[in-house]
Amino acid sequence: MGLTRSGLNKENINMDNYITKRGKLDYFLPPDIQEEIRAQIVGDIYQEAEKIANKVLISPGEESALENRLDDLLTSRWLGFPLMLFLLAFIFWITIVGANLPSEILASGLFWLEGKISLFFYWLQAPGWLHGILVHGIYRTMAWVISVMFPPMAIFFPLFTLLEDLGYLPRLAFNLDNLFKRAGSHGKQALTMSMGFGCNAAGVISTRIIDSPREKLIAIITNNFVPCNGRFPTLIILASIFMHASFNNTYNSLLAAAVVVAFVLLGIIITLAVSWALSRTLLKGIPSTFTLELPPYRKPQIGRILLRSFLDRTLFVLSRAVLVAAPAGAMIWILANTGFNGSNFIQHLAVFLDPFARLIGLDGFILLAFILGLPANEIVIPILLMGYLSSGLMMEPESLDSLQRILIANGWTWVTALATMLFSLLHFPCGTTLLSIKKETGGLKWPLFTFFLTTAIAISVNFLLVQFLKIFL
Amino acid sequence: MALYADSLALNLLRKNFNISNDDNKPIIALAGNPNTGKSTIFNGLTGLRQHTGNWPGKTVGRAEGYFKYKEEEFLIIDLPGTYSLLANSTEELIARDFICFARPDLTLVVADATNLERNLNLVLQVLELSTNTILVLNLLDEARRKGIKIDVKKLEACLQVPVIPAVAREGLGLEEIKKTCYQISKEKIKIKGFKITYSREIEEKIEELIPLLKRKLPFLQKRINWRWLALRLLEGDKTILASINTYYPIYQERVNIFQKGEVQLDGFNQVWLK
Repeated sequence: MGLTRSGLNKENINMDNYITKRGKLDYFLPPDIQEEIRAQIVGDIYQEAEKIANKVLISPGEESALENRLDDLLTSRWLGFPLMLFLLAFIFWITIVGANLPSEILASGLFWLEGKISLFFYWLQAPGWLHGILVHGIYRTMAWVISVMFPPMAIFFPLFTLLEDLGYLPRLAFNLDNLFKRAGSHGKQALTMSMGFGCNAAGVISTRIIDSPREKLIAIITNNFVPCNGRFPTLIILASIFMHASFNNTYNSLLAAAVVVAFVLLGIIITLAVSWALSRTLLKGIPSTFTLELPPYRKPQIGRILLRSFLDRTLFVLSRAVLVAAPAGAMIWILANTGFNGSNFIQHLAVFLDPFARLIGLDGFILLAFILGLPANEIVIPILLMGYLSSGLMMEPESLDSLQRILIANGWTWVTALATMLFSLLHFPCGTTLLSIKKETGGLKWPLFTFFLTTAIAISVNFLLVQFLKIFL
Repeated sequence: MALYADSLALNLLRKNFNISNDDNKPIIALAGNPNTGKSTIFNGLTGLRQHTGNWPGKTVGRAEGYFKYKEEEFLIIDLPGTYSLLANSTEELIARDFICFARPDLTLVVADATNLERNLNLVLQVLELSTNTILVLNLLDEARRKGIKIDVKKLEACLQVPVIPAVAREGLGLEEIKKTCYQISKEKIKIKGFKITYSREIEEKIEELIPLLKRKLPFLQKRINWRWLALRLLEGDKTILASINTYYPIYQERVNIFQKGEVQLDGFNQVWLK
């Protein structure tokens, strides 16, 4: 990043240009040369600091050698990125492999309990609709949410928290910083994006660390493109179900993990692409620089990680899912058991949405689930199942296998799964995130803009993918 | 008399930073990277004689306090912890504007001895703006535990400013800081200070720009470091002109550089900056 002499000489700047005839001080050097000068000034200061430090340090200390080598490795230009993907893949793989068995056990337990509750209602001689709303509506939805989502979360979140605790996330941000700067946005966006992996609403709030309003807006608008805790389970579950089918068992789980990593990567790429586009159109400007401190590696405290990831993340996400899913389950049961012309409201709505949904690789039920899932991404899969089950296929789900059977019975192929995952990654932010955007930007303009931008991108990407696949299949 | 007018004007300007210093105590700015024990030093120096508030118009907190050495009383302002003075963030802008425009009589820079190189970046930038600087090398106990050894005398020779080793948590070095502040304020120590020499291309541009700035902005004479201002303009720092306008809004001399009749007094800030 040296200041090329030719760059300055070519311009042959007339210094009088700094001050125009009217006495205004002006910035007459072209922006790219200013940037070069700035880089050179910063570089010169750093060099001087290094020179002095080397002169006066009698002994530089011993402990940092290993840390430095580790830092060099984790943030190296060539290995930093592959290592990051590998780490993520490893975490997803463990999650996928580990989640199946507990999921089965939980499901069979919860549905055994459902039978007992039904008997209890029968004994009370409760009316059929009450039993329907409470048991088939609310209880079954909650049982689904818990048995399908709890095990992956209980495995994924502690691992992710472990990564945070070790001090890896700042290094991740360090790796991504340069890319964001090239996209015309703030390097700290790498941090707010990382926060978005946890929760997009939290990610949006964390953009307060960015001072420039322009760069802050870019970070807010694009935060939704990385999957959050509410969507990771969806991605992991769908990947492990559908990427199984085409390979024999040895590769299944690895392949599914690779698919989730690919989606994370895609999310980052789209974040960068949209940031780039925004910083060249609507939100023009030059990125500002910042100092990112790489904190020392810390010994993770396993007990605290387990507790924190369980209380702050697993229970938080799960309880939110259950709380939103329970009334949604009741509502969907009502919609599914009332109607006209021989079919229920769910079916009417789904049939209405179906033609459009097909264009983007989904079906009416999936699109409906995304729309009804606006309050929280966690409940998209549960709503979808409620929808499918309400159309006559009353199945007692037992595990991921039975989930797969339901989906396949409703015409899912791996293309549907892919399209659903893609839509989940790109579509509008959840209600909480939209509210956070409103709070951070102080108005309805930017949450609405984000809503329409993300949805437009989701629809066009899905549409292109489906049409592209149609040509080849 | 001129000197008196100058100090009156400076006091007026310092009011912009919410500083009332009618009895002309020496003002000390306390700068440093985050997590260097800056606040510990501030508390150690001032004890209970401090109060906190916000920087005018900003949501960044600020503390100021007093300490006494012999008969002299000092007013010390705790600046936000920053890694640089390049005005990338509100905190950096506050720290820079304070050192640049409120022109403290002394600047204390706190550095983390376990991380000298990174901390020197800020030290060097402060030295560019303010010659009367003392470097406090804090967290020396941690450095010793990590096996880091620093040649303080050599560092002093390199930077041409007093360097005071400290373990603020245990109160070590605080007396030495007070004493050095006193000696400097009584001009018993003369500080030379160290200025970075930049790459040749940049130095050439600075040389070209300085006479021009002096000619066009005469009211800044003795009020700003020309070399430093030239650097900011070369790198296209827009905040510096905005700050000049904030802190020197009524300088007659400035009106002279506008052509007659073109400028009305109302809103000439806008014309100045477009």
